[in-house]
Amino acid sequence: MTARVGIPSSLLYYMHFPMWKTFFNELNVEVVISGNSNKNLLDEGVKEALADACVPVKLYFGHALSLKDKVDYLFIPRVVCLNRRTIYCPKFLGLPDMIRYGLSGMPPVIDMKMDVREGRLSLLKAYTGIGEIFGATRWKTFTAYYKAAKKAAFYQSLLQKGLLPPEAMKIVLNTADSGKKSPAGIEHDLTFAVLGYPYEVHDDYISVGVVNKLKKLGVKVITMENLPAGPLSRQNSDLDKIMFWTFSDWVLRGTHYLFKTGSVDGIIHLTAFGCGPDSMVDKLMELASKKYKNIPFMSLTIDEHSGDAGVSTRLEAFTDMVRRKKEVFK
Amino acid sequence: MPRVTFPHMGESYRSFKMLLNDLGNDVVLPPRPSKRTLDHGVRYSPEFACFPLKILMGTYVETCRLGAEIIVTSGGVGPCRAGHYGQMHKKILQDIGFPVDVVVFEPPRFHPIDFLRNIQKLNPDRLSYRAIWDCIKRAWQKLSALDEAEKLTHVVRPRETVPGATTRAYRKALEWIDRSYTSKEISEAHAAALEAIKSVEQDPERKILKVGIVGEIYVLLEPASNLEIEETLGNLGVEVERSMFLTGWTKDNTGQETHEIITVKDAAMPYIPLCIGGHGRESVGHTVIYAKRGFDGVIQMAPFTCIPEIVARTILTSVSREYGIPVLTFFLDEQTGKAGMSTRLEAFVDLMKRKKWQEPGTGQAAVNI
Repeated sequence: MTARVGIPSSLLYYMHFPMWKTFFNELNVEVVISGNSNKNLLDEGVKEALADACVPVKLYFGHALSLKDKVDYLFIPRVVCLNRRTIYCPKFLGLPDMIRYGLSGMPPVIDMKMDVREGRLSLLKAYTGIGEIFGATRWKTFTAYYKAAKKAAFYQSLLQKGLLPPEAMKIVLNTADSGKKSPAGIEHDLTFAVLGYPYEVHDDYISVGVVNKLKKLGVKVITMENLPAGPLSRQNSDLDKIMFWTFSDWVLRGTHYLFKTGSVDGIIHLTAFGCGPDSMVDKLMELASKKYKNIPFMSLTIDEHSGDAGVSTRLEAFTDMVRRKKEVFK
Repeated sequence: MPRVTFPHMGESYRSFKMLLNDLGNDVVLPPRPSKRTLDHGVRYSPEFACFPLKILMGTYVETCRLGAEIIVTSGGVGPCRAGHYGQMHKKILQDIGFPVDVVVFEPPRFHPIDFLRNIQKLNPDRLSYRAIWDCIKRAWQKLSALDEAEKLTHVVRPRETVPGATTRAYRKALEWIDRSYTSKEISEAHAAALEAIKSVEQDPERKILKVGIVGEIYVLLEPASNLEIEETLGNLGVEVERSMFLTGWTKDNTGQETHEIITVKDAAMPYIPLCIGGHGRESVGHTVIYAKRGFDGVIQMAPFTCIPEIVARTILTSVSREYGIPVLTFFLDEQTGKAGMSTRLEAFVDLMKRKKWQEPGTGQAAVNI
């Protein structure tokens, strides 16, 4: 019987799932995901998680709970640092511990530490450690890792071409239903950047469908995954000290990059209630937007009670204002 | 002379004031955080920022109105938000219209040159490094005296026979330490202060509960932010041991780590194996140690939305169950009221009392109360 590993479809899922799935499949391990977020998952999470935690973490608790009886292991890697410069939010660092000690009766958690600052081969070592749990040979683990890394690179290249993570993931994992074309019929006259963490922007439930709503309003949406990696890594974000958190650093660099190049018509910052890093990032973005008055900026806070109508109204109002501004200045 | 200010953190300002004065700065004393401070802070800070950022913001606005030009503060290397306070405050203050400079002291272990450069910025009298070292040594001595006096009040207060006597003796002692200047004077004031607090009339027969306090450093050290929890507990007949003092924290973050903090990290190892920023790991480690030392309970203090403490809180549920030690958590923000807090503390103390003195039999596991 093959072992089953559960991967909650939240947080780092949106960035690394193609890689993880390929890796486990190569080791002949079945991967079970918790699927799209829904009200049920969120309610379960809210019940179990600490009230003061942010919505994504509560949702993650829900995802993890839904996998409880379905899998032999839960895969919650302790991702510390992947680019030698910035680390992840403390909640990510303590995530395996929060699931292990905060929920009862959970299957064993695979919490390999991934910290590339510990040496060049540390990632490979972490994956080898995972391979050992499933009794795979070193060579097999290595080939699995190689294939997984290739998949990850392919996934990245798709994102760079302008695809959003959910679409790119379908192509990478060959789950796209080829018959159905994406509704390309709607015309775009505006381009908005929706900046925010992947697990908020691309989770259709928790973001109250911001991306799709904007598309319906005739707006082309780009997210931070689509911004060119090269210029972004050289982008200066007017700080005395580097941003510690990877995603926040990314968002902030993206903001400054977009403000300076002026390639979009509006920027929307999607943030979750109670998000620690975002309290800083949002203020820094707001201060930056005061400097660059050419691009309108809006910050949108979501939480477990966000109403569909409220978000729609704000998005419509914002879109209308940007559109009018554009017509006036034409 | 540059007009310098710094954050208000308990009684430590007495020592910093002396140090900065010695280096030739004009010190603008930060006022004790009040309702007005919070109003300023809440008005200019980001909404979800943690409580210390808001208090500091308010303090800075108040001191900037008094003419401060340079703000001295501590930094951090993440992943806690406190590492960004310096530049965040600078940007916001400049946005409001105060042209201040913020001098951020990073841990000298990691940034030695930056550390020396910062010292030179605060040294308009151009003292030699040797003279600066002497000044720092004296300031350190004073800080230790202040910390030790405070530590002693936590032991004496629950046993006092006349309510409020300890606090009065402590206030007097603080003044003595504050007025001392030379190394000899400080050690004399130190001894006199400890003597004065010890000589408060005590009832040795009284049954006392022992509670450990863990949590985030600022809300632990600033009584205005934690609504004088130690005093409240002392008046309820609870001896408090706080996990953190400024001298201890500074020791851990400047030179070698002390033996104590390494023990704490080891204790937290099974729960949180790596640093998650702030004092999340320390909170867990201290709770384990307090439980092993037979304390009656632990109180965790954290600012609202504090990331490391949220992680710690989630894990403390398990620690509490495994070690059978009650843990009470306060998430503090500008809305926290003293009456509500006192009520919760009284209830917690009652529960601990019942557990300790009315539990039938000995050596039994904690019953559900």
